[in-house]
Amino acid sequence: MAERERRLTPPRGGVFVPRVQVLTAQDVQRALTRIAHEIIERNHGLDDVMLVGLQTGGVPLSFRIASVLEEMEGTSVPVGLLDVAFYRDDIGIRPVLPEAATDIPGDLAGQLVVLVDDVLFTGRTVRAALNALGDYGRARAVQLAVMVDRGHRELPIRPDYVGKNMPTRIDEQVDVSLDGVVLGDVVPR
Amino acid sequence: MTRLAGSEGPRPTVSPAAPVVEPAKGGRRHLLSVAELGAEGIAEILEVSDAFVEVGRRSIPKVPSLRGRTVVTLFAEQSTRTRLSFETAAKRLSADVLSFSLDTSSVKKGESLRDTVETVAAMGVDAFVVRHTSAGAPAAVARWVDASVVNAGDGWHEHPTQALLDCYTIRQVLAERAGRPSQGAGVGCFVGLRVAIVGDVRHSRVARSLVLAMGSLGAEVILVAPGSLLPPSLEGWPVTEVSYDLDAVLPHVDVCYLLRLQSERGAGAFLPSVREYSTWYGLTARRAGLLGDGALVMHPGPMNRGVEIADDVAALPQSLVLRQVSNGVAVRMAVLFMLLGQAPVPGTGVSA
Repeated sequence: MAERERRLTPPRGGVFVPRVQVLTAQDVQRALTRIAHEIIERNHGLDDVMLVGLQTGGVPLSFRIASVLEEMEGTSVPVGLLDVAFYRDDIGIRPVLPEAATDIPGDLAGQLVVLVDDVLFTGRTVRAALNALGDYGRARAVQLAVMVDRGHRELPIRPDYVGKNMPTRIDEQVDVSLDGVVLGDVVPR
Repeated sequence: MTRLAGSEGPRPTVSPAAPVVEPAKGGRRHLLSVAELGAEGIAEILEVSDAFVEVGRRSIPKVPSLRGRTVVTLFAEQSTRTRLSFETAAKRLSADVLSFSLDTSSVKKGESLRDTVETVAAMGVDAFVVRHTSAGAPAAVARWVDASVVNAGDGWHEHPTQALLDCYTIRQVLAERAGRPSQGAGVGCFVGLRVAIVGDVRHSRVARSLVLAMGSLGAEVILVAPGSLLPPSLEGWPVTEVSYDLDAVLPHVDVCYLLRLQSERGAGAFLPSVREYSTWYGLTARRAGLLGDGALVMHPGPMNRGVEIADDVAALPQSLVLRQVSNGVAVRMAVLFMLLGQAPVPGTGVSA
């Protein structure tokens, strides 16, 4: 469970109260289209490119990017799903349970993996994802695409593709979906 | 969050032999009995097991979740599959495993179980997996040490992980038939499922755990056994029907669960002869023919071939014996992960 989900999960978590709409659905779609262009540009096409969406927030974004890539290049890009619960570094400190299915199609050896997540925050989920990917084979390279980079990194991790750089307070909450990006707060239940 | 046997909640509703659970030391959580889990607890373990079945399919079927934790398997009774299954599960979670048999330990020199367990615990152990010939031994260990305890079979009492892996296997097969992934399938498939449990119910901890699990999930349980091999009382057992006639029951069940005739607990003394038992209650090829389409045949192992199950029946495609074993590893990974992977809130015995 990422920090963001944990803040909203009972019994300890609170309720998300939206404050500002930062991106609209259309903005999100434009950002995803731009990220798709950047992926093609940076990798000179889509040979061996594979998207891996992080459960649960990155999954709809990764499918959307895949469909944009297919529209642009005419080739379908494999999409994998990854739940990183078993690789987190806070096991034993906080409750950690897998939330959704992991489904990585085939071996990653030689593939160029683009990890997709909704919000980049402490970087710990991405660290766990990198360890998890290692168990599926040795990818040629791993790149990171996120819809929102909200800062407050606790590890030396940086994204390759960013929808929106968004400075935040550490206690704020960012909610990302295909319907837009909303900044708000978590209030106790 | 999870309901793995903390000290909270109502007392188990059934199981007369269930020991009274004192508040656990240090807020550790245990899995001592299916009775403590309830439908919700079982459902949660099955869900987490799905994730570990996926881990088992990978080219490197190992995750770092329990790095630095130590799991001791303490077995005072013979075992092949349960012990190896727990050890495989712990190793796939990257825990360190100490394997320990009472027959080759200082217990033979006269050390008491309590002293032995406390000695091992003093070396720094996070979980004990305990099998013992006496009912309640794992619960006693849970009171003595500050570590999580998993009951791997105690006397005639319970064998909770076996019942959980049986539930998991049934749910997995039913989901496959419906063409759905078992992940997220819930436990609705058990409601109204007709499960016949056949054979030595009296001596079987597997039967007790399975009956309790099936009862809380809403399945109908039919016990089929000679009167002498039924428990002295069925009070508190959620059983729909008791039958002495296997042939009459077989056409109407979805699952035929065969129990091992437990000769080491003196089951032979309750029968005129093993051959007679086998004639009336063994699943022969002819009887397997009476089963409805798609009925499942299960056995917890080890099988007495030719006694409760015929050789050719064990090899039928609807026989799930080996699938039960491979799912056992994933289910035990889920149990160990849920007990050790979550921090207890100090003093409450409940995970955050």
